[in-house]
Amino acid sequence: MINPAIAGTMESGDIMIEIRDSENKGIHIELESTVMNQFGKQIEKVIEETAKACGLENVDIIAKDKGSLDCTIRARVTTAAMRGCGKTEFEWK
Amino acid sequence: MINAAKRDIPQDVLEKSGLPLYEEVNPKLGPRETMALDERLSKKNKILPGLEEAIRQVGLKDGMTISFHHHFRDGEKIVNLVLDKIAEMGFKNISVAASSLSSVHEPMIEHIKNGVVTHIETSGLRGKLANAISHGILEDPVIFRSHGGRASAIKNGDLHIDVAFLGAASCDPYGNASGYTLDVEGDAACGSLGYAKVDAQYADKVVILTNNIVGYPNMPCAIPETQVDCIVEVESIGDPNKISSGATRFTKNPHDLLISQLAAKVIEASGYFKEGFSMQTGSGGASLAVTRFLRDMMIEKDIHASFALGGITSQIVSMHEEGLIGRILDVQSFDTVAAQSIKKNKYHCEIDANFYANPFDEGSALHQLDIVILSALEVDTDFNVNVLTGSDGVIRGAIGGHPDTAAGAALTILTAPLMRGRMPTVMKEVNTVVTPGSTIDVVVTDQGIAVNPRRPEIRERLLKARLPVTTIEELQQKAEKLAGVPEKLPFGEKVVALVTYRDGSVIDVVRNIED
Amino acid sequence: MERLRRTMLFVPGNNPGMLADAHIYGSDSVMFDLEDSVSLGEKDAARMLVYNALKTIDYGEVETVVRVNPLSTPYGAEDIKAMVAAGVQVIRMPKTETAQDVIDTEKAIEAAEIAYGREVGSTKILTAVESALGIVNAYAIATASKRIIGIALGAEDYAANLKTTRSKDGVELFYARSVIVVAARAAGIDALDTVYSNVNDTEGLIEQTKLIKQLGFDGKSIINPRQIDPIQQVYTPTTVEIEKAMRIVAAAEEAEKRGSGVVSLDGKMVDKPVYMRALRVINLAKAMNLIDED
Repeated sequence: MINPAIAGTMESGDIMIEIRDSENKGIHIELESTVMNQFGKQIEKVIEETAKACGLENVDIIAKDKGSLDCTIRARVTTAAMRGCGKTEFEWK
Repeated sequence: MINAAKRDIPQDVLEKSGLPLYEEVNPKLGPRETMALDERLSKKNKILPGLEEAIRQVGLKDGMTISFHHHFRDGEKIVNLVLDKIAEMGFKNISVAASSLSSVHEPMIEHIKNGVVTHIETSGLRGKLANAISHGILEDPVIFRSHGGRASAIKNGDLHIDVAFLGAASCDPYGNASGYTLDVEGDAACGSLGYAKVDAQYADKVVILTNNIVGYPNMPCAIPETQVDCIVEVESIGDPNKISSGATRFTKNPHDLLISQLAAKVIEASGYFKEGFSMQTGSGGASLAVTRFLRDMMIEKDIHASFALGGITSQIVSMHEEGLIGRILDVQSFDTVAAQSIKKNKYHCEIDANFYANPFDEGSALHQLDIVILSALEVDTDFNVNVLTGSDGVIRGAIGGHPDTAAGAALTILTAPLMRGRMPTVMKEVNTVVTPGSTIDVVVTDQGIAVNPRRPEIRERLLKARLPVTTIEELQQKAEKLAGVPEKLPFGEKVVALVTYRDGSVIDVVRNIED
Repeated sequence: MERLRRTMLFVPGNNPGMLADAHIYGSDSVMFDLEDSVSLGEKDAARMLVYNALKTIDYGEVETVVRVNPLSTPYGAEDIKAMVAAGVQVIRMPKTETAQDVIDTEKAIEAAEIAYGREVGSTKILTAVESALGIVNAYAIATASKRIIGIALGAEDYAANLKTTRSKDGVELFYARSVIVVAARAAGIDALDTVYSNVNDTEGLIEQTKLIKQLGFDGKSIINPRQIDPIQQVYTPTTVEIEKAMRIVAAAEEAEKRGSGVVSLDGKMVDKPVYMRALRVINLAKAMNLIDED
């Protein structure tokens, strides 16, 4: 169980990630993107992988993307997940 | 036979010649008038009371082709005005041949749905109209033509215009029309009417629409009275604020500045930067900003340009006024300063689209062009350029003079950021080929320069100047590494547009987008 | 080749658009900021963003620097861990006041290097002095760690600390600037000047750069890519200077070949400092592409 949390902005090159507990099993992603046709699937894939790596299981993720790169997506999803879980320390690699 | 001049004209001679006998009052001309100019101006002229009368008088019929110009850019009001009236009068199956169309022409969507407009020829399409066409609203594919391609198609009859409806910032009662007003500052001035001049010359009928009827003679004019059939006074031809504003400001975008500075260095090292060279800058932040760096280089090296061509900005005007550029050949004025300069600077010359870019005329100004700096939405590893469809596959741009000047200039420099957000600009294959790679010499990005292998001597010169020269493939890979490989766009089977090259041949098609 | 630090481009750490291509403008270093440009509520987000950017984006030849929060804040220790793990080249310490600040930072860096498998000693330190106490301790700070590559001045906080304001000619900074250059030279590290904050005033920037170059600084922090070119122009040697430097270096190489310790040019002895300055001129000329690499 996590608290609803947000990370990121609506600036160009950024992505805003909102994470909430879901009543349904699994990770549910609702993506809006300025590059939906070209990179929609890739962005969803990165969000899902990152969410799993953060240990999220049953969550709704609302993502509003303004052309962010994969490294930005990973950062924003991780930050939102940590905020939702109340974690302040991360296992840097 | 005795004629009205009391001279005896032998009957057989007259019959053999087929000429009529002189009469004192020609039935077509009517009796001689002795009104003074001021009285005549108001009583005998080409001004009609309204658009409807003009449309009737020029004999518009279903299925005809009508034309417009795009010098009023996003402030344009004539197209919507005329099409609304034509629709109201019940015409159908009209072909619209505009020099370009923009987002203000969204109302045309309704006219397409109602069968009023069934065919479009243009240089560009933007906004909701472009989006509707990309989604297949129009049965007949749009024909895209470059500025030079359009001018030559009109001249050689491939594009026959029945009636041209041409907005003008001023016009006298007999049709001398201009893109500015001699006596008034501001107003709806667009400067050059370069594209409209061709329509006026070759259309069967010409209607001038103006909000500003001025005294005779409105000279110098862009469109002479000899080409004009009638004049309609309208409340507004366009929104002055959107037609042009002040002086074009240089971009402050750091990417654009970086690219334009690099492009200026390419010019300096190219071998074409010498006394008397000629130049053109395309629209777009980076290509316009090149002039700033070019100016400094010209002053430093004491080099002067013989002429600047094409779309003209305040920067070109000030370089002309500083004595750095000899002549300005202006087919389209990009800002108010340029529009005003036409009327005050003797060597700032208004030229038409044939003079500018007709591919079949050796004398066309662009064939005398040394350097052109262009921009791009996309460029591929074959150097092909797309300036028409967006990265989502939807039409959102204009061909303009891109393929014309690329082919005409001795050195064609393309400026583009490597990426726009996540979208690579340098890619393996562009969505739409507008300008063939064989006419692009140097691609300048914010992350390196690529030279077309067709121009090894240019590559050598840039390397010698220690510029960051790489290959187009390396640029493409660099972008792909950052962004990933884009998915295939959801194109359908229907061809929504034909893209013609400047010689009128079909270089590509645009297919519909399915959501 | 000795690394130049004429320009260090400041990039707010929570701005992904700028992080992605900060390196393309031609500055010698880029400095991603986790400190003053990031609000307290976004410290975690900026740290995570810079961490991911450093791990993913190829910044090429450009030196990567991160300004972390002070260890005295709740963010400093975690900042250092994340940045060392991500492989940053230089940690910029804000508000350095004593040698102990440096020693504490070094300890944190070393622990992180061990924890994340980085070579111990590979992460460098740039100290920034922003107070009167820091200026008084400048030499002690500059020599507090072998990792230190430079000492920088942060003028805004320093001026406030002096109970004065910033002026156009910078008279209030005169002593601090001189102290920093002297401390840096005594310690054998770089001296870096504060930012010039009026981005639109290129003339003023050039004036100030001429001043700090004359004082002995190696370069400046900058806040906009437009400031790179004017500064690097000021640091560019003239053709005459380059030619003379090349002759001096050639004479030194010639002397070395002969096995002679005495270098002479045009009948005059060339001292070691003259030779060192010539090397630096050549280094600057190479950076501006004025002469070939070899």
